[in-house]
Amino acid sequence: MHRLSDEYEALRKTVGEFARDVVAPVIGDLYERCEFPYDIVRQLGAMGVFGLPIPEEHGGMGGDYFALCLALEELARVDSSVAITVEAAVSLGAMPIYRFGTPEQRERWLPALAAGEMLGAFGLTEPGGGSDVPGGMRTTAVLDGDEWVINGTKAFITNSGTDITGVVGVAAITGTTEAGKPEISTILVPSGTPGFTVSKKYSKVGWSASDTRELSFADCRVPAANLLGERGRGYAQFLQTLDEGRIAIAALSVGLAQGCVDESLRYVRERRAFGHPIGHYQAIQFKVADMEVRAHTARLAYYHAAEKMLAGEPFKKEAAIAKLVASNAAMDNARDATQVFGGYGFMNEFPVGRFYRDAKILEIGEGTSEVQRMLIARQLGLADL
Amino acid sequence: MNIVVCVKQVPDTATERKLRSDDKTLDREAADGVVNELDEYAVEEALRLKEAHGGEVTVLTMGPDKAADTIRKALAMGADKAVHVTDEALHGSDALSTSYAMAQTLKKIGFDLVILGSESTDARTGVLAAMLAERLGVPQLTLANKVDVAGSSITIQRVTDYGFDRVEATLPAVVSVVEKINEPRYPSFKGIMAAKKKPVAKFGLAEAEIAADQVGLGGAWSEVAEFAAAPPRAAGTVVKDEGDGGAKTAEFLAAKKFI
Repeated sequence: MHRLSDEYEALRKTVGEFARDVVAPVIGDLYERCEFPYDIVRQLGAMGVFGLPIPEEHGGMGGDYFALCLALEELARVDSSVAITVEAAVSLGAMPIYRFGTPEQRERWLPALAAGEMLGAFGLTEPGGGSDVPGGMRTTAVLDGDEWVINGTKAFITNSGTDITGVVGVAAITGTTEAGKPEISTILVPSGTPGFTVSKKYSKVGWSASDTRELSFADCRVPAANLLGERGRGYAQFLQTLDEGRIAIAALSVGLAQGCVDESLRYVRERRAFGHPIGHYQAIQFKVADMEVRAHTARLAYYHAAEKMLAGEPFKKEAAIAKLVASNAAMDNARDATQVFGGYGFMNEFPVGRFYRDAKILEIGEGTSEVQRMLIARQLGLADL
Repeated sequence: MNIVVCVKQVPDTATERKLRSDDKTLDREAADGVVNELDEYAVEEALRLKEAHGGEVTVLTMGPDKAADTIRKALAMGADKAVHVTDEALHGSDALSTSYAMAQTLKKIGFDLVILGSESTDARTGVLAAMLAERLGVPQLTLANKVDVAGSSITIQRVTDYGFDRVEATLPAVVSVVEKINEPRYPSFKGIMAAKKKPVAKFGLAEAEIAADQVGLGGAWSEVAEFAAAPPRAAGTVVKDEGDGGAKTAEFLAAKKFI
């Protein structure tokens, strides 16, 4: 049931090979210097990784979302900064334009986004509110003649300030619904639009080679035609975007969890203590076995969620479960792998040191673990009690 | 231009490679099969020549059923079609009999240019290009780090100890390449999907007009008489610095002819 087809397997292998041959040798330095991996992004673009789930007529590869997830897992086995750059560019940057955009918007943005020549970003979270939407949202957009005037601030926006960032989808309050709630719409704001300021990079605990910034909008004007899809559909749009995104983050988490196993397996054969390689000792064997169990079961969870999604079935609960299980696996495996590595695990130049720093955000981004549990409980019908 | 690239499936160099105790041939089941690395450069060069001059790239491989994975990778990179020479009777062929079987197949399918990696990571004989050229009666241009085609003439550059050779010949010809020649592309998902639909012809001995007594263990001119596992790596030499560490290190290096 979860056997990969020859094509998926070939893709997985190809991206894995790329990650080991191209990403692994250089990422430690980039990470240390908090430098964006432009050359890696360019090469991933040439391979078509940014266009995996986008149809060929829009410049994509004509694959599907699961293909993207497989690629993310293989990248994250080696490095999460690169993986999250691809994840955000495709699932948050390009996919909303593909799913909800007008024919003109698709034609304008998708070919470059699918080729990885341009990166897209999605501005939802604000300094005062993440998952608390629409209640916590403060950014507004007012239609003035044939232009939207945007005011507000967005926080923690991945890919929003690179040299090749071209467009940011900004969620904003555009009015009040009949039910008296805030009406939310998404508006596409090209990089460089006057009134749109990109702050300097955050100093982050992990994902150090990725680009994350705060965005501010002060009377930022864009044409009325930049409304993504329909007015007032913003909330529904990003609920769908985030449901899919959870499967992608689950895949990325599984990659990190598996990377911890890969690194540990290598190390426990080499490192000797008390006369044997440390892998000889059950204390270590059990740790590695537990790590493999977590990566494996989390993988099954995201494969299953993706399968339901591609079949067009409801997958909200499965996506939340996959995200919760996989981010736990990543965090637990990073802790265990660091322990296996001992002092070396605490050094930044070892991949497990990076994994440790990169794991925590997986329990936070695209819905915290608490939000996942809330979603699961809601799907079980507990919210209406 | 009709380009044929010869590719070989070899055991992954990252895994432990073994010989079989019964017939002293490579144990192909014991390790994952991958495309011989140098052959990927050959595929890349073939694709670049096709992109520059037009024509068609055919992948040719000889090996058991599972060598089809190797063909698929080359097709995913962008080759147009493939020929897989596979027959139980070929098992155990040495370089000479392999060159015979490959040459017979090449005569059958036709070519303007044959490109292959300069050696395989398993047998490492590095003689196939020369043998093929002799058997086909065409020029051989070996160890190329640059290939140029203009009309019916082909020029390669080969790095030597003292500089480089430029070798020119007329097509048809056989070229072997080294890893300096290019940077092989990674297959795209589109390429992977397209590979599924590309034609792969399977040739047995009969289809390629290969005489059974010229190939396989029986037809081999060379024989593995015996083999033994490589001895475990000896402990290194530790130079203790008692004021003369530099001199001792230099002595050691000189003894090993490094300096």
